[in-house]
Amino acid sequence: MSFKEAVQNPYSPWMDDAAPETDVVISSRARLARSLADFPFPHHLSPDKAERVIQRVALAVRETEFSARFGDTEMVRLAELTPVERGMLVEKHLISPDFVMRNHASYQYKGLALTADERLSIMVNEEDHLRIQCLYPGLQVTAAARDADEADTLLEETLDFAFSDRIGYLTACPTNVGTGLRASVMLHLPALVLLGRVKDILTAASRLGLTVRGLFGEGTESVGHLFQMSNQVTLGMSENDIAKNLDSITRQIIEQERAAREQLREQMPVVLRDRVSRAFGILRHAYVLSTDEAMRLLSDVRLGVGMGLIKGVAPRLLSELMVKTRSTYLAKMSGRQLSPPERGELRARVVRQALGNISADDGE
Amino acid sequence: MICERCKQQPASVHYTEIINNQKRQMHLCEACAKEAQKAFEAGPTLNLKHFLAGLMGPAIAQETPTDARPFRCESCGLTEEMFGKYGLLGCGECYRNYERLAPLLRRIHGSTRHTGKVPQRSRKKYRWVQEVERLRAELQEAVEKEKFERAAELRDEIRALESRLT
Ligand SMILES: [Zn+2]
Ligand SMILES: [Zn+2]
Repeated sequence: MSFKEAVQNPYSPWMDDAAPETDVVISSRARLARSLADFPFPHHLSPDKAERVIQRVALAVRETEFSARFGDTEMVRLAELTPVERGMLVEKHLISPDFVMRNHASYQYKGLALTADERLSIMVNEEDHLRIQCLYPGLQVTAAARDADEADTLLEETLDFAFSDRIGYLTACPTNVGTGLRASVMLHLPALVLLGRVKDILTAASRLGLTVRGLFGEGTESVGHLFQMSNQVTLGMSENDIAKNLDSITRQIIEQERAAREQLREQMPVVLRDRVSRAFGILRHAYVLSTDEAMRLLSDVRLGVGMGLIKGVAPRLLSELMVKTRSTYLAKMSGRQLSPPERGELRARVVRQALGNISADDGE
Repeated sequence: MICERCKQQPASVHYTEIINNQKRQMHLCEACAKEAQKAFEAGPTLNLKHFLAGLMGPAIAQETPTDARPFRCESCGLTEEMFGKYGLLGCGECYRNYERLAPLLRRIHGSTRHTGKVPQRSRKKYRWVQEVERLRAELQEAVEKEKFERAAELRDEIRALESRLT
């Protein structure tokens, strides 16, 4: 039931607007890497052992205590999904792109356990046996880390995780060893980009032990002004300190972005208003849109909505459109792979239908 | 060929980078290569090529025991060469080559000691590890203050505890 829903519906609860600081932070994630003791890591795993790993995790999530806390959790093998359905899970950030691209184990031996509310997902036989992930809307890093920790504790009742007294949880890649925790936030920083300040801020963040990368595209030239920021270090810091460090640096960046937005409003009100209203107009009326153009314009509209320059548009609609404008969703919608021109046309239609009927005003 | 970073100077430095298992050729000019190197030294930016070079190269020879044989996991058969190729270890037992991995971990994380969550079943052993570290500090102090009798006691205690650890 929930899987059918998850691969059909472009909306996911991490897009919810009713969460802290959603004007700048779109979502927060905590991901724990765990290995089963007595099994080689996934890329070294024979098919029958990979099968046993999947079955053990499937049993563990069916334990009463686990489902009492997280609800019914379904386990599906990637082999049971179509390529488009797998793509949908990637676009909704419920699984990693690597999970569907790498060939360490065939799709038959890659599993995904997903709760009905899509807030908790467990990838089985990704780079590690388990990748336990909590994904929440807005700035909720500590809540996500706490819930991932709870899931881990409940799983530990039935699963024997590889752990060293010196270096903590053992993972396939030495970059994840220790806590196995990768906490991250997705940031929307259009004003800092427009004012040319984003590079300095991101450099500063990297000196404070965080990694920042553009969500789409390379480095600071991220299409759609979206950035993913996460902890670099997993060993020698407690889970709590990792989450708190990310949370507090994120709060500083939020302040910087908000100040930059106010500076834009004061110093170039017409340029700003023209930019966001023009973007809104194009999205509402275009008959052809490329992915990049759609991402850029959606970013401008999000800025306008966040600053009260465009009213009547829910930010969650824009997050949903980030999924809906991807080729994967368009292919799912039409039931076949489309040629680039067909895609551009359908993309524009999807956006028109989502935004065209909104009785929005430009705040004048 | 033009430098792929600044897209202005001719590229004169070529090297292969391995990120997330993807091999990638980099072509940079002198200046950008230097900057890239600086960026690497300044922070623990993930660059597996450098980490692996650090793990296996002569630069860390003094950090590793002199009788160190090539890295090979008894349990899963992973060799240093395979690790260098994919940047992934083969199993939890690979980490028993702790002495060889410690410099790598220090370069990635700036630390070689886990201070976070401990699974329920490991809690007791974990406390021993902490106790060993405490005793070591005490030992150091005893030696510095030339309390040799106390130091010998501490040494025995540490040895006894360590024999129970893996
Ligand atoms: Zn250059
Ligand atoms: Zn091994």
